[in-house]
Formats: sequence, structure tokens, C-alpha cells
Amino acid sequence: MAVDFASGAQLIELCRKENISIGRAMLLRECAQTEASEEEVRERMRSALRIMRESAMRPQETPVRSVGGLIGGEARDLAGQKDPLCGSLLHDAMTMAAAVLEVNASMGVIVAAPTAGSAGVVPGVLLSMEKHRGLSEEDLLEGLFAAGAVGYLLMRLASVSGAEAGCQAEVGSAAAMAAAAAVCLCGGSPKMSLDAASFALGNLLGLVCDPIAGLVERPCQSRNVLGVADALTAADLVLAGVRPAVPFDEMAQAMQKVGRALPVSLRETAKGGCAATPSGKRLKEIIFGCGRP
Amino acid sequence: MANISVFDVIGPAMVGPSSSHTAGAATIGYLAGRLAGGDLSEVVFTLHGSFASTYLGHGTDRALLGGVLGFAPDDLRIRESFAIAKQRGIAFRFETAEDDDPDIHPNTADIRMTCRNGRVRTVRGVSVGGGKVRIVRIDGIHVRFSGEYETLVVLHRDMPGVVAHVTGILSAAGVNIAYMRLYREQKSEKAYLIVESDEKIPPELIDRVREHPAVSDTMLLEV
Repeated sequence: MAVDFASGAQLIELCRKENISIGRAMLLRECAQTEASEEEVRERMRSALRIMRESAMRPQETPVRSVGGLIGGEARDLAGQKDPLCGSLLHDAMTMAAAVLEVNASMGVIVAAPTAGSAGVVPGVLLSMEKHRGLSEEDLLEGLFAAGAVGYLLMRLASVSGAEAGCQAEVGSAAAMAAAAAVCLCGGSPKMSLDAASFALGNLLGLVCDPIAGLVERPCQSRNVLGVADALTAADLVLAGVRPAVPFDEMAQAMQKVGRALPVSLRETAKGGCAATPSGKRLKEIIFGCGRP
Repeated sequence: MANISVFDVIGPAMVGPSSSHTAGAATIGYLAGRLAGGDLSEVVFTLHGSFASTYLGHGTDRALLGGVLGFAPDDLRIRESFAIAKQRGIAFRFETAEDDDPDIHPNTADIRMTCRNGRVRTVRGVSVGGGKVRIVRIDGIHVRFSGEYETLVVLHRDMPGVVAHVTGILSAAGVNIAYMRLYREQKSEKAYLIVESDEKIPPELIDRVREHPAVSDTMLLEV
């Protein structure tokens, strides 16, 4: 079967026709494109999952300092927080998202999803659901392929690059991917998964990319924490029966257009937003003022 | 954009913090090191654009050097690449280009590698996003390939018959060519033939490619 899809609408139609999930559609597409067996592709995804798990867990016990020194220890702080306002599933997702960014910023090994700067959102949501919803490894792989389907569409229809379209394209895309995976793993239909992706993407439209000192540290880490909340709230909206006004494909186009409209100063150049505040500039001076950080 | 793999989305697995400035830099270094193909004594990196202005905080320098040393983008030895290069007796330094050609891609590195036998090879690589790269110059000649395919690079003197010689050997061995391009300085001068293949190119074929009198060097970049 030559499986392929170039839009959310085509993906929904393919899933309906073949009676498969969006995760399975993405797996079959990968097999068709690379001539690899299902088991080979799944094994590769399993190894990505292992790295995600390691990077989401380790800093909760053993904090690591970032290269620039702006982050380190947040995952342990969150893990040790007593009586957080957010519920335990969301709070664990926040903790793991922060952990992955800590590992990333300290030059540890992570899996970009879809980018390194937004690598915390997908593992945060999936691994927290594993813990609280008793998901199996097979479920997690299904979730990663579902997330991959949405990420692939966003790469194709819009952009996942902060330099091109701001943080909405990075954390926004990651949240859309995670929201679709979450709905899929809760038994939602392909259409519902893409509805959740539309909500998650739409709710972060316009988010700028403004890293302090140009480093993938702050505000990137807390934006990943925001990303898991965006994904889980979008998933709950859809699972409760709420429908978005704008379908996924149109929302992807909107994200791309908003990205083009963002000034260059707010697209990963470290010349606007948080980076251009007096505190942001002072931190840059401290980090780079005396040579090597 | 149609040939995006799920592992371009959930991936690459990489040493952080940036797919373009760290993982892509490591891949450029890796390909350059393979193109130098020898025991290195000195490596000089010239960074352009965003690479030049933000390399310190992204570990771009460690990633480029680690790549030249043969480390993949997910190899944690990238963090220690300075010390490992010193242990191996390889001198290295980083320079930033004073504002150059405005058309140059913002994430560009020039890598000048000197082998212990005195041979020098220069490579220009560009990190195009998401960890993907393009090699755009070898020894000053404009080329273009990604390193995502098995790649055979044949340095030769521009004259009739070289392409037929190479494709003849590959086709006899059942190697399917995905892309092939010829780049040259000018007629009858130095030229590069770049062959990207779907299959593995058996190393023994390379010896036969070298038998042609116009071929002066070959490099095989395995996936």
C-alpha cells in the first residue's frame, strides 16, 4: 500500500478509508518511503523513546547546569514541590518538560521533537500519561508516531523553525503534536486528534522566539512547560466534545502567515522580547562579557 | 519537502542545545573530516553569520571539532572534543569571518584541514535547519550534497570519459545512482564528480575508480 498524505484532511480521509489511527498511518508512510520493515521503524522509534525517557528523568534527581548558566535544577525543584496548584498529571508533564530542556542546555543527549528547543513537550505529555494512565510501551510508540504525523504536516504546510516563524512554530508545533498524540491515546478519532492539534497551535499563535543571549535556555525552558499545559488543555477540550472553529490545515497556514509577519527581531535573533529587556541584556553581558562562558 | 521522515520530526537524537548550531555543526565537521580522509595535524575553522555570533553558547565549536574527530551528533564525546583533539596531537583554532558576502548562509563554516603528509583540504558546510546540512564547497570548488546518501566524491581532471568510467563501474556492480552532478573550475581543469547512491558503494569499487588516469583522488562518505 503506497501510503502518503499531504494535509490533515488527507490524513483523516486515509485513516477513515483504511480504518487505522493517525499513528499507524505515519508508521505505514515511513515504511513505504524508506522500504524498511514495520519492526525496523518501530525499533528506531523505541530507541528515540529510550533517550526521551532518560532525559526526562535524570535531572529530577541529578540537576545539570546549562552551558550559559541560565538554567539548571528546575526539574528537581518541580519534582520536589509540595501540593502544586496543577493536578499531578499536568505537574509531572511540566517537570519532565523542564528536565529535557535542562539536559539539552547542558549539551546532553536529547531527541529533537520537532526541534531541540521544543524537545520537552512531547516526552513530557506522553511519559506523564504513561505514569498516570498506565500506558504500555506500545501505546507510547503509537503516540510518538501520531505526534510525528502532525509534526510532519506542520513541517510541510508551515514551519517548525524559530528563525522562520517564531516560538509558535517550535513550542506551538510541539504542543500540537503532543495534543494529537494525547487524544489518540485516549481513544479519540483521527479527526479529534487533529482538532486538538488545531486548538493547541491556535492558542499559541504569535508566540515569539526571543532567547536571552541567543541561548536555548530562557525563556525556552518555561515555554516548554507552557507547551505541555497547552497540549493537555487542548486534548481535554476535544475529549469533552468541544470543536475548534478552524480546522488544522487552516490553522497551520495561519501559523505560517503569522510567522512571516513577525519582525526579524522576534525570530531567534536575540534582538527583541525577553532578550532585549534590561535584564536579558545584562545576563548576556555576564555570560559573554568575559569570553568563554 | 515531501520526503520528510518521521525521524526528521521525532529526531534527530543529538547532543544539545541546538539542532542547527550543534547537531548540524557536528555533521558538517564529520563530513569534512571524512573528505580530508587522512591523519590530521591541524584544523582551522572560520565561522560566518549566526555561527560566528552565537557559537560559544551553542557549543558549535565543540560540535564542529567533534565531528571532524569522527563523532556523530549524538556522541557525548562532543563535549570533550577540545581535550580529545589535544590528546590526538591535532592543533585547532576558531576564527570568525569579518562581515563577508551578504549572500552567505547565516550558519556557514569553512574548515581547513592539514594532514600529517602535508595535504590540505578545505570544506565549506552550511547548516540548513533541523540538523540537516549541505556541503557547498570542496577546495574552493562549488558543490552541493547533503551526506544523507551514500556519497562518492571523485576528484579528477576534466576530460572525456571519466563519468562513463565511474557510472560503468557502479552499474556493473548493481549500484543504483540517486543523484549525480559534475562540478568543475573550468574546462580541462580540476573537477569533482559527486555520486549519491541508494545502496552501499562497496569500497573495492573505489580502487577501480582510481585506475582512470584522470582521477586523482576519491572520497567515500558512508551513511
